[in-house]
Amino acid sequence: MTSDGSSLPTAEMEPDDLLEPGPARSPSPRPTKPQPASPASSAAGAKPGLSVRLEKLRAFYGASEQVKGIDLEFRANEVTAIIGPSGCGKSTMIRCINRMHEEIPGAHAEGSVLLDDLDVYDSSVDVVAVRRAIGMVFQKPNPFPTMSIFDNVASGLRLSSRGRGDLHKKVETALRDAGLWEEVSGRLGEPGAGLSGGQQQRLCIARSLAVNPEVILMDEPCSALDPIATLKIEELIAELKQRVTIVIVTHNMQQAARVADRTAFMLSGQLVEVGPTQEIFTTPTDPRTEEYVTGKFG
Amino acid sequence: MSAQTPAPEKLARFNVSAARRRRDRIARGTILAATVLALIPLLLIIYYLLDKGLSSWSPSFFTTDPTGNTFFKNSSIGGIKSAIFGTIEMVALASVISVPIGVGVAVWLVEYGRSSWFAQLVRFFIDVLTGVPSIVFGLFIYIVLIVGTGSSFAGYKGALALSLLMLPVVTRSAEVILLLVPGALRESALALGAPRWRVIFSIVLPTALPGMVTGVLLAVARAAGETAPLLFTAAAANATSFNLGGFMNSLPVQIYSDVTSPTTAVVNRAWGAALTLVVMILLLNLIARLIARRSRLA
Repeated sequence: MTSDGSSLPTAEMEPDDLLEPGPARSPSPRPTKPQPASPASSAAGAKPGLSVRLEKLRAFYGASEQVKGIDLEFRANEVTAIIGPSGCGKSTMIRCINRMHEEIPGAHAEGSVLLDDLDVYDSSVDVVAVRRAIGMVFQKPNPFPTMSIFDNVASGLRLSSRGRGDLHKKVETALRDAGLWEEVSGRLGEPGAGLSGGQQQRLCIARSLAVNPEVILMDEPCSALDPIATLKIEELIAELKQRVTIVIVTHNMQQAARVADRTAFMLSGQLVEVGPTQEIFTTPTDPRTEEYVTGKFG
Repeated sequence: MSAQTPAPEKLARFNVSAARRRRDRIARGTILAATVLALIPLLLIIYYLLDKGLSSWSPSFFTTDPTGNTFFKNSSIGGIKSAIFGTIEMVALASVISVPIGVGVAVWLVEYGRSSWFAQLVRFFIDVLTGVPSIVFGLFIYIVLIVGTGSSFAGYKGALALSLLMLPVVTRSAEVILLLVPGALRESALALGAPRWRVIFSIVLPTALPGMVTGVLLAVARAAGETAPLLFTAAAANATSFNLGGFMNSLPVQIYSDVTSPTTAVVNRAWGAALTLVVMILLLNLIARLIARRSRLA
């Protein structure tokens, strides 16, 4: 493992624990979860996550190539962490998965991203449908400032014209799944921007959960949060993977070790190595991975 | 306490030098002087308006048209009812025309045109239009709609000239405000699977609303105070009219024609009308600020 790893309670867990599926994991965080969350998530989570496979994915900003041909699979209902130094193309790569990369003026992507067996870059595919299936949580919590807590969670449904039906039930389910219901149930009408940073990020996770995605991309979701809020998000990730596939970009290697089933190491726009998290951190095959995870560079 | 214990020798370098104190005083003094200098004409204008305008205010001043006899002393010269209604009608019509178009252009520039050559061209022409003297807009409407069609002055032609005047102001201010809406909000809405038009209508415009109201009001205030575009488009009429197809009076034109009169009572009416115009714009600003504040909280 890297450095001291003592800053967070769960950092003490042994590498052996990391590969176990959720329920069999170390006993620490799970019993503290509010019990109503489980039935809610299992009810909505009948639909399992989908796998995502990148094939020769290349991403450009203008003429500059930032992702240089990546082949990588994110297995269904697993958490895959992407690690690597700043500017290595991690964020660019995951933004290609839900086609957010092309929203940047002058940016485009080549190659394919297969959601299950569907190439999301196929010309017949509706980009809006892709983004409904593949949710995203950003680095900085960004609730919509004009909306209340309730409206923030409902926004995904309303914005995609699916605001009919029992909106209140869907919002409650999403908030429960994001572990925020207990904290905000009494003040759903208050502005979402009034919550703490950690609560705002869980609100953003609830917002993406409400539209029932099969995959959730997280771009350094904890980098703006304190250790306690980070821990809550990590517990949440462990729970969510039962119903979605999760790809998480992180600068924090302990975090990758704590939450990820598999870890991919990127360098200069290329995939150096991918494998079970434990192997990447203890017995990497590539010397560059070893240098990075042991803190020799990056 | 501190005065009794002299600072030790080694702390001397932390004392503020006399030269720096002097420079600080000079700089502060200059800025304050500039502020006071700028305030003098403003206060004088308000003082003169109140001093000369208030005396001509009376209930009949607002309820009668300027149709009275000006040749005989002690006969009523009439009030400014037609001018107030004319200004409200024409500015309202001008706003109805220019605000949707201006906001539409701004949305296109920010969300779609971005830095394309056509968007740059549009921005250039808007900047040119902002600098065009208001009489040129009046002249343009006069040539096209009055000389060109061989028809007569009309309220709607005055409103069109005002809307041309407002358009670049509305567009530019709306563009600036839309650019201030964080890109992260657009991204997270797009990532929820919202079509772009829903993102614009449900996220971008509501977030920008308070700022845009301010920009629109600046344009309204500018239009309400313009004489030149109305002089040879709507002309001056004495009677109150609700027919935008006919001649129409307005406050600036009323002031313009009254102030050149040899009769003291008529000149005083100009002062009263000027005060009325300033108060109307002030009220509009206050109302809009209240609306903007309320909409932010909701």
